[in-house]
Amino acid sequence: MPSRLTCRELIDFLDDYVGGSLAIPQRAQFDDHLGRCPACVRYLRSYQGTLRAVAMACGPGAGAPAEVPEELVSAILAARRSQVGA
Amino acid sequence: MANVQEAELLAALRRGDERAFAELVRANTGRMLAVARRILKNDEEAHDATQEAFLQAFRAIDRFQGDALLSTWLHRITVNSCLMRLRHRKRHPELAIEDLLPTFDDTGHRVEAGAEWTDDVVERMESGQLQKVVRDAIDRLPENYRTVLVLRDIEELSTEEAAQALGIRPEAAKMRLHRARQALRTLLDPHFAEENA
Repeated sequence: MPSRLTCRELIDFLDDYVGGSLAIPQRAQFDDHLGRCPACVRYLRSYQGTLRAVAMACGPGAGAPAEVPEELVSAILAARRSQVGA
Repeated sequence: MANVQEAELLAALRRGDERAFAELVRANTGRMLAVARRILKNDEEAHDATQEAFLQAFRAIDRFQGDALLSTWLHRITVNSCLMRLRHRKRHPELAIEDLLPTFDDTGHRVEAGAEWTDDVVERMESGQLQKVVRDAIDRLPENYRTVLVLRDIEELSTEEAAQALGIRPEAAKMRLHRARQALRTLLDPHFAEENA
């Protein structure tokens, strides 16, 4: 019978578990621990919630300026003309 | 068709067509500036990094192989331009990552039971205020950790690409990302824990 994981050891496998790349034997140990440890179940849910929150707060377009700053566009194009002329 | 337009734009850029450069800059400045702001957290520096990235791209346009979209290529150049700036920045006092990681007793078990998070993270995130809470929490992470989280979880670079951009080994990048995510979870806990939901 495989050895049981501690909460600390479970943390080491967290990213692979969430990313679906945890090997089957470790996954069985991981699931076994979750079945016995409500605190780690809560931690896993909050960890997954964190990843969802990041994706929603910072996904494509989030935080992008509504309008492209015209002065920056002009500065870039002016710098290009200097670059070509240099 | 997008590929035809892209090929025409690239050909025009290589001819030195001013209108093509203006089109490229107008189409990509917003996205590149947003990337630079996320990495640098400073508006003025983000403007400079965006301009610098465009100038690098203009110099290299003849060597662009066309194996990625121009926008993807510009994105990579922007990330590298920002990371170069970060390397030359003076360090400021930061939160200690250890204080934001979970704690365990001598037997490896959790010291704190931890709060239940609300099930409706997605619904609650639709409130603009919580999106700002998340972005602010990311900004509070120590810089080495914030950067790897931005590259992997926001800019969607692979572990290998992020490690290469940061000049570290992939294993180190993976470990740093793991700690960054755990620390961010700790910072978000007061906002998403059930009793506050």
